[in-house]
Amino acid sequence: MSDSNASLPIIDNPGVNRRRFLKTAGATLGLAAWAAAMKPLLDLTPEVNADEFLQKHYRELTPEQKAVVFKRLEEEAKAEYDVDVTISDPPPMENVLFGYALNLSVCIGCRKCAEACHIENNHDRASNNSYICVFEMEKGGIDFEKGNATYDHPVPAPGKYYMPVQCQQCENAPCVTACPIEATWKEKDGIVVVDYNWCIGCRYCEAACPYHARRFNWEKPEIPAEEVNPDQSYLSNRIRPQGVMEKCTFCLHRTREGRLPACLEACPTGARVFGNLLDPDSEIRWVIENKRTFVLKEELGTKPRFFYYFDE
Amino acid sequence: MKISAGKMLFFVGLIIISAIAAQMYASVKQRERIVSPPQAEYSTLFPVKINAPKPLAEIATDQKDAKGNAILVSCQSCHSVRSPNPQNGSAGPLISFHQDLDFVHGKLVCISCHNPEGYYADFRLASGESINPENVMTLCAQCHGPQFRDYQNGSHGGMTGHWDLRKGPRQRNHCVDCHDPHKPAFPLFRPVAGPNDRFTPHQTKGTHE
Repeated sequence: MSDSNASLPIIDNPGVNRRRFLKTAGATLGLAAWAAAMKPLLDLTPEVNADEFLQKHYRELTPEQKAVVFKRLEEEAKAEYDVDVTISDPPPMENVLFGYALNLSVCIGCRKCAEACHIENNHDRASNNSYICVFEMEKGGIDFEKGNATYDHPVPAPGKYYMPVQCQQCENAPCVTACPIEATWKEKDGIVVVDYNWCIGCRYCEAACPYHARRFNWEKPEIPAEEVNPDQSYLSNRIRPQGVMEKCTFCLHRTREGRLPACLEACPTGARVFGNLLDPDSEIRWVIENKRTFVLKEELGTKPRFFYYFDE
Repeated sequence: MKISAGKMLFFVGLIIISAIAAQMYASVKQRERIVSPPQAEYSTLFPVKINAPKPLAEIATDQKDAKGNAILVSCQSCHSVRSPNPQNGSAGPLISFHQDLDFVHGKLVCISCHNPEGYYADFRLASGESINPENVMTLCAQCHGPQFRDYQNGSHGGMTGHWDLRKGPRQRNHCVDCHDPHKPAFPLFRPVAGPNDRFTPHQTKGTHE
């Protein structure tokens, strides 16, 4: 041992000379810089795990892989929101193409639909976000420049009508075309969905949508545990991560099981009609065939599956 | 055995034509399957239930019992001994009962709808035919035909439950759930709060540029 000690290249002075001072200072600074550079990684560890990073696109997942992913998401919801949620994955129904119609003669602009959407779809409480934006419009035309989405007075006000706008589930959806990574696509039943785990948050789809139907998660959604809707699905109302796009999915976790969308159930006036466009006996078909219906911004060629109509 | 070239050509042609025909049949089949969904048997469908209106047999007096509940009295106790006034269409001339009634429904009078012959416990149609309170929609439909037509086709009045009756039942509102028969205009609503503006700092935690 003493031999090895003797072989160390200690020159003479154990005190501080200029060279040693510079070396020590340099090493300390280097170490500090390295620690600072590595700091974000340490912060990220609980948020970004390897499984999530390596997860494949939703449409490439096998049923077994889906089960693993859903279980992980349920565990994350438990850890972050302290709620027991179930994440389902109802597939599109056979021979079903969803359509929605809204009666402008009957809508009174009470925003109950927007409120129901907020609760059903686990939106961030602070922003009071919703997939439905209700415009108060001047009677006599459809001029959104004169529309007001922040009215707060008893409704319906004289001389006004009310136009709730949500995702139109376009057959020719500009948002799908705009997405550079195919994180959003149209399902067989006509619903445009987003894989929140695949979305990179570039917001191109938000810019492409002529109906302003897409929302961006600026912050991590904050919802008290007792208010979280635990009936969730991967492609619809599960709590979205920060930094991804989200949109109305016609409540596919409900509608693909035959239930009515939350906004329709909340409507006190019955202004909303939902159903299967392929079923000739459905209510939605009756409306389209017997009422004066129109679609928003028809000239853009987006072919919406959301129809507006009037009574007489 | 020798097969002539003509026969050979004929058989080959036959095979090709039958293949094309089969293909066309299959594609027509496919299209049929897409445009007309198989209709479920009617017996397998879940019911559409309509909220039942309240029965009309009793009315509250201004007196209360020991528990604070209003004491009810049967319509018959007064109306069996008083003759109806065919002109009366408001609460004004009444000296007892119904005095808080706000009546704004066209030019109708009490006995346009209420049946004096049944001591006001049922209704009557314009034809004079008596009708039970649970079937009162027929009474409304006498004048409000377009609304009734829309209701029957699912485009008037709120509902909950299932759009697909093969999967579950549906519950529908009755006319009187939303329209007070004596003052049927839909009331003004205070709208629930709208979305908060992201760029207004007092509403959210911060702003985003």
